[in-house]
Amino acid sequence: MTKPLHLILIEILQVVIVIAAAPAFLGWVDMLKCWLQGRTSAGIMQPYRNIAKLFVKDVVLADNASWIFRITPYLVFGTAVVVGSVIPIISTNLFLAPSADIIVVIAIFATARFFMALAGMDIGTAFGGMGASREMMIASLTEPAILMAIFTVSLAGRSTSLLHIVQSFSNGALVLRPSIVFAGIAFVLVVIAEAGRVPVDNPSTHLELTMVHEAMILEYSGRHLALIEWGSMIRFFLFVTLGIACFLPWGIASTDDAGSIAASVFFMVIKAAVIGVVVVLIETGLAKMRLFRLTEFLGAAFLLSTLGVIAFFILE
Amino acid sequence: MITPIELSIFSAIAFAIPILFVIVIGNSRRLLICISFSVSALASLINVAAGIMAVSNGEAQHLILPLGLPALPFHLRLDELSGFFLVVVGLLSFFVSIYSIGYVSGLATGKPVKRLIVFYNIFIAAMFMVCLADDALFFLVAWEVMAAASYFLVMFEDEHSENRRAAYLYMVMAHIGAVLILLSFGVLAGVTTGFESFTGYTFDAMREANIPPKWAAVAFLLSFCGFAAKAGVIPFHVWLPEAHPVAPSNVSALMSGVMLKTAIYGIIRITFDIIRVFPWWWGTMVLVLGLISAVMGVLYALMQHDLKKLLAYHSVENIGIILIGIGLSMIFTSFRLPLMAALALLAGLYHTINHAMFKGLLFMGAGAVLHATHERNMDEMGGLIHQMPWTSAFFLVGCISISALPPFNGFVSEWLTFQAFLLSPSLPIPMMKLLIPLGAAVLALTGALAAACFVKVFGVIFLGNWRGHHHHAAVEAGWSMRIGMALASLTCLCLGVLPAIVLNWMDVISEKLANTKLISSSGVYGWMWLTPVDPERASYSGPLVLIGIVAVCTITYLLLHVKPGMISRVPVWDCGFQKLTSRMQYNAVSFSMPFRRIFGYLFDIKEQIRLSPQQRHTAFPVKSNYYLRIRDRFWGWIYRPVIDRVVLLSRKAGLLQHGRIHVYLIYSFLTIIVLLALL
Repeated sequence: MTKPLHLILIEILQVVIVIAAAPAFLGWVDMLKCWLQGRTSAGIMQPYRNIAKLFVKDVVLADNASWIFRITPYLVFGTAVVVGSVIPIISTNLFLAPSADIIVVIAIFATARFFMALAGMDIGTAFGGMGASREMMIASLTEPAILMAIFTVSLAGRSTSLLHIVQSFSNGALVLRPSIVFAGIAFVLVVIAEAGRVPVDNPSTHLELTMVHEAMILEYSGRHLALIEWGSMIRFFLFVTLGIACFLPWGIASTDDAGSIAASVFFMVIKAAVIGVVVVLIETGLAKMRLFRLTEFLGAAFLLSTLGVIAFFILE
Repeated sequence: MITPIELSIFSAIAFAIPILFVIVIGNSRRLLICISFSVSALASLINVAAGIMAVSNGEAQHLILPLGLPALPFHLRLDELSGFFLVVVGLLSFFVSIYSIGYVSGLATGKPVKRLIVFYNIFIAAMFMVCLADDALFFLVAWEVMAAASYFLVMFEDEHSENRRAAYLYMVMAHIGAVLILLSFGVLAGVTTGFESFTGYTFDAMREANIPPKWAAVAFLLSFCGFAAKAGVIPFHVWLPEAHPVAPSNVSALMSGVMLKTAIYGIIRITFDIIRVFPWWWGTMVLVLGLISAVMGVLYALMQHDLKKLLAYHSVENIGIILIGIGLSMIFTSFRLPLMAALALLAGLYHTINHAMFKGLLFMGAGAVLHATHERNMDEMGGLIHQMPWTSAFFLVGCISISALPPFNGFVSEWLTFQAFLLSPSLPIPMMKLLIPLGAAVLALTGALAAACFVKVFGVIFLGNWRGHHHHAAVEAGWSMRIGMALASLTCLCLGVLPAIVLNWMDVISEKLANTKLISSSGVYGWMWLTPVDPERASYSGPLVLIGIVAVCTITYLLLHVKPGMISRVPVWDCGFQKLTSRMQYNAVSFSMPFRRIFGYLFDIKEQIRLSPQQRHTAFPVKSNYYLRIRDRFWGWIYRPVIDRVVLLSRKAGLLQHGRIHVYLIYSFLTIIVLLALL
């Protein structure tokens, strides 16, 4: 299977952008959050410094940590990078993109979460088990909602392949379709839950009542922690780009000359920056929810995406 | 050249050899176990070969055995569908037979294993015969032999009253099912030839017959309920979580992995092959029951802390997922959409073989754990990954597969089912268009809950620390058990990574039953790519995803280990508390607590916290006691009232019994008078 060189270059460029830009996106969100809450921010580069610091530190493992605990960081990072190579972010000429459609993408993320939850239970502390249990509970509620949102998009795009969804939307006329709007709002709620942001989870606390994701990875240190943190940043960034691909695909290059690729990277940065602002507004506007009120939050997401499907069948 | 059907008959006879061994060398336990299970494994493997040949040949073969009742010989037929199920049954029987060599010799009870070996072989041979039968008589004979043999296997450890009760419940349910199937065949045969001749009992005659829609519906409902009782579709599922846990684990693996599939075979045979033309509400009924079974099965499983009971409830879930595929296929067939019907049917069948593999694997793993710990309650286990590294790795493969996570096999069939769901806009009825996406959401919920459940299972049993009160030194499973589990794990991986090859092979089934092939679209890109319907619509490449993940992980690992890093092992950080005990870990009950809060209304839950009475003040409890009991609501809703009525009725009928002969003579005299007066 020989591919033209430029296609391979685009693929490599995209993976590099995903790996390199994900911390910057998180830095941007954190910076905005600081500003909005009247604090001095550490700057957009702070996540890079955190990762670099963790990489030079030694690993401290608990006595009873098994191989599950040791391979999980690599799997979390590896699955995130693989997904980064199939979502059309800078171009629709990705030769790896057909290897996984949107349902596979969600399932690969689920695999990473499965292992992270197992790693949480590996040491045998109450914290890890609690985080794993809560994370899986939240995941089981987000999964139907995310699938219904995807369902709406793939009904409208007549495909579950991300490339075709992007192409059919960006070639179509710019009209406001109610089904896509409903699905889009539902998707935002789901991404907040999947990425572990306020009001579902609070990434900046270490209090047993509020943390979910942090509780699972509490025992990690050194390069393992760096990989998990980095993987989670990539995952957050990829959910944003997945949202862009499904709901705001205009501007993603369909030809492969350098000019249109540069333009599409530029559009991607603008769109990601705007989405960052939206995320921060939601985070600062809402307080962390009690765990068992999440059913209402995610139930609302499910209801909205179901409305999307119904709107599609009634109106289109 | 020997034909597949002759091969299959030959291997069925081969199952009699171990039974002979029992008579000849019954006194030498080790030798008997070794030889007889090896022969069973070989016979199963021959059946796999026969099945593969039958599906590849793509034409049906007939055979009439000179057995049975006078003028009613046994008809056998090996077509693509039978061939596929021969492969499913044979493959798992092969793995389980290898596993049994180690498992049975390690059975702790001092019971003689002769009974186990005899019924084990009869059981497997009967399952093969069910798949081969081509007339109602032989089908029911094989079906009942299968039920009876499995009853004796469930009863193997009959010294516990719990086991006897479970076996009895199983027997009752199996017979209710068998009676319904018998009635269904009666209806079909009666409609086929009228009640004057007996020739209508062959499936061939039923296929030719022109069945009026009303009678077809009656026959379908009867047979579906009958097969549902065997498959464990909700609300007929109550026997599964009772009978599967008490049987020896190799038998549970077969019962859950393949015996339930014979019911799926029966449903497909009756609807797609014999009746063939049906209205859309049949498919809708199957779909809805499948959805209910899937989501309720997994929720009940999540609440369990008995490992084998939990796995039994997961069988209910997976039978539901298979029925979702079959139901969708029936809906598409009745609206004359052959391509979609083919996709949904293949999704259901692919999940059939997948479920056989991973459920067999999980039950084998459960057997190994039970064997090592003598414990069925998960809350008394923990940390077994250190003592049983091999078993835990194989069990993990089973967990990932059943949770529908790529790149393993459970994901492929769920992905295909999702693709079938996505084709629902082609249906002409608006209500169905809306209903079916909701079905997809239920399937997504099921998958996510299954993942949660298996995080719990693997996390509680294999990770963390040992929770039991007395320390137990668990040892790794023996080599034959490991080989059995390793082969099953490998099959799970292959079915997950190379689905295109298997689906191309299976495609002939959809050609026969749904009148179209998927192959024109599924193999465009070659063996690496799964592209049902159209590569524009959806594509998945298992090999590329697997290679991608492995490659990135390896590169990252190598990059980070350029210079040797330090790993220091330290005790668990206890927040300065210093009194961490292993009882403080999350266990199965606490893990499922959020799910109990959210879905609790679906269960009959009794939860109590009792503080010990000898305390001085309620604010300073000395000791507290937590009590939790979760019951299946269906017992209270359906079974308890029915049992009560039946007991009441039989009491009333019992009034007629006096035990005196002259009273009975009067009864018969009166009956004759009444009959004479009426006729």
